[in-house]
Amino acid sequence: MEKVADKKEMIPDKGKNLKPMKNIEDSRFRYTVREMGRNKSAYLMLAPYFLLFLVMTFIPVTMALPMGFTNFNMVTFPKWVGFNNFYTLLLEDEVFLISIQNTLVFAFITGPLSYASCFLLAWFINQLPGHFKTVFTFVFYAPTLSGNIYTTWQLIFSGDAYGILNAWLVNLGIINGAQQWLTDGNLIMGVVIVVQIWMALGAGFLAIRAGFQGIPAERYEAGAIEGIKSRAQELLHITIPAMGPQLLFAAVMQITASFAAGHVSLWLTAFPTTDYRAHSIMNHAHDYGAVRFEMGYASAICFILFLSMLLANWGIKKILGKYLDG
Amino acid sequence: MKLIPRRRKKYSGSVGGDIMIFILLAGVGVFMMFPIYLSVIQSIKPVEEFFIFPPKMYAMRPTNQNFIELFQAAGNMWVPFSRYFFNSIFVTVVVTVSQLLFASSAAYILAKVKVPGIKALNKIIEISLLFQSTVTGIMVYMVLARLGMINTYFAITLPFIATPLSIFFMRQFMGQIHDSMIEAAQLDGAGHVKICWQIVMPNVKPAWITLLIFAFTGAWQITGSNYIYNEALKTLPTVMSQIGASGLARMGVAAAATVFIMTPPMILFIFCQSNVLETMAQSGLKD
Repeated sequence: MEKVADKKEMIPDKGKNLKPMKNIEDSRFRYTVREMGRNKSAYLMLAPYFLLFLVMTFIPVTMALPMGFTNFNMVTFPKWVGFNNFYTLLLEDEVFLISIQNTLVFAFITGPLSYASCFLLAWFINQLPGHFKTVFTFVFYAPTLSGNIYTTWQLIFSGDAYGILNAWLVNLGIINGAQQWLTDGNLIMGVVIVVQIWMALGAGFLAIRAGFQGIPAERYEAGAIEGIKSRAQELLHITIPAMGPQLLFAAVMQITASFAAGHVSLWLTAFPTTDYRAHSIMNHAHDYGAVRFEMGYASAICFILFLSMLLANWGIKKILGKYLDG
Repeated sequence: MKLIPRRRKKYSGSVGGDIMIFILLAGVGVFMMFPIYLSVIQSIKPVEEFFIFPPKMYAMRPTNQNFIELFQAAGNMWVPFSRYFFNSIFVTVVVTVSQLLFASSAAYILAKVKVPGIKALNKIIEISLLFQSTVTGIMVYMVLARLGMINTYFAITLPFIATPLSIFFMRQFMGQIHDSMIEAAQLDGAGHVKICWQIVMPNVKPAWITLLIFAFTGAWQITGSNYIYNEALKTLPTVMSQIGASGLARMGVAAAATVFIMTPPMILFIFCQSNVLETMAQSGLKD
């Protein structure tokens, strides 16, 4: 109500103003300023977060983007080279093409699979009574909580007979000798995908779990009265419509995770992987940024990754937006 | 509301379905827990048991020797162990608390208050979620250096507070709060701060408890290795990996270090989760 009253005040008096067009614009500007002034407390609440965000995230990112057009070895001042890095990347760098292919394989296998498992497992857990919920949520989120236990995965996939997986398979008579899980080019991708999926139930999974907890019980009661007869109906008609924002959050998280996959192979296997079989775009950026110190080239790689993630994000939002209004 | 006895009338599925779900979850759960179980087992195995073929999935003679060695090694260091411990606690508490406070209050404005500039800020947050930190690491270093913060506590706290994830997460949940609740509070004369902390936050309890878990887990793993070179400012994860990283004979100690590092987030998680489940008595919050 207040806002309307304010606006009326701002409309300029016809008699006094000779240039009405300009004055309307003028007043709109003043209206904005006044709105901002009236909501001082809102800006104060935004300030601590956005100040830190500006200094520690926004400025570094905007500084990094133009780096893709330079030659920068971190010692001398960056030298502007225009689109050279991008030409080299797309036309000459064969490893980059391999890494694009690998990243797409990652994204199309682990992305949908981990998103589906985030949702389905969270939903299954929600069907269980009381303390089972806590126990299972813990069990599925434990990989994320445990941080880096790559050493244990290395032990499992170790190439000698002391490797747990090898010992099992030999004992069961499935394989005769030890398999080199972490160095055999044919196996490496599979291993990395398995570990990636093991770690996939992260922030998205917990967000969906928390989302279920926010749905009021009345809705399910109302649903029961209106004749819901199965779990699937309940899911489709009550649960999913109430979960838009959480489902979108989980989708964004999983896209980022699967496009930026690379940590697993970095820690688990030798770097770079045999014949670049599991070399992802992020690994390529790591190779140039942290190993060869060609920051300009690494920035160009990250820039391309960023653009493709924007595209994927836009696509997912279009798809999800049809079903949810998140 | 509380005067009326509440009976659960929701459709709750068949018992057979419950059992199926339980079996499925248990199966997946075994896969999820196996590496963690193995880490724990490794940490209580005596050295000679590492070389048995086939490797055992349990410890025949469990020992706490690995943990004793871990703390002995930690106790003999140049910087007292308590210092690392303090650093970790300090960094974790500062980052977690400020992330929770800052992200929640900013997310409330982003989600529910329409002031000039909000749309742009929302867009910026959504886009920055997609940007990866590999290349920005060096830029963050430059910014910290310009501010004279390298090798101070600022360097291992400030860059980790304003994460896009935390604010995006809170915004998604707060957006579901019904506008009428906020309007009612405004009519009663409550300001933004009061509405955020006394009305919105209690109603998104599952969300901020979950954010607490994210923030704590992330902060507990901060090493800040690129921004810190003073040994007295390093945190537990750095030290633990240093102690554990020395060959086959120290495998048990390395496992003990891993277990030691992963325990605090797990305890916090169990505590928080059971807390969230207790407070499900929400009604009529969402439209």
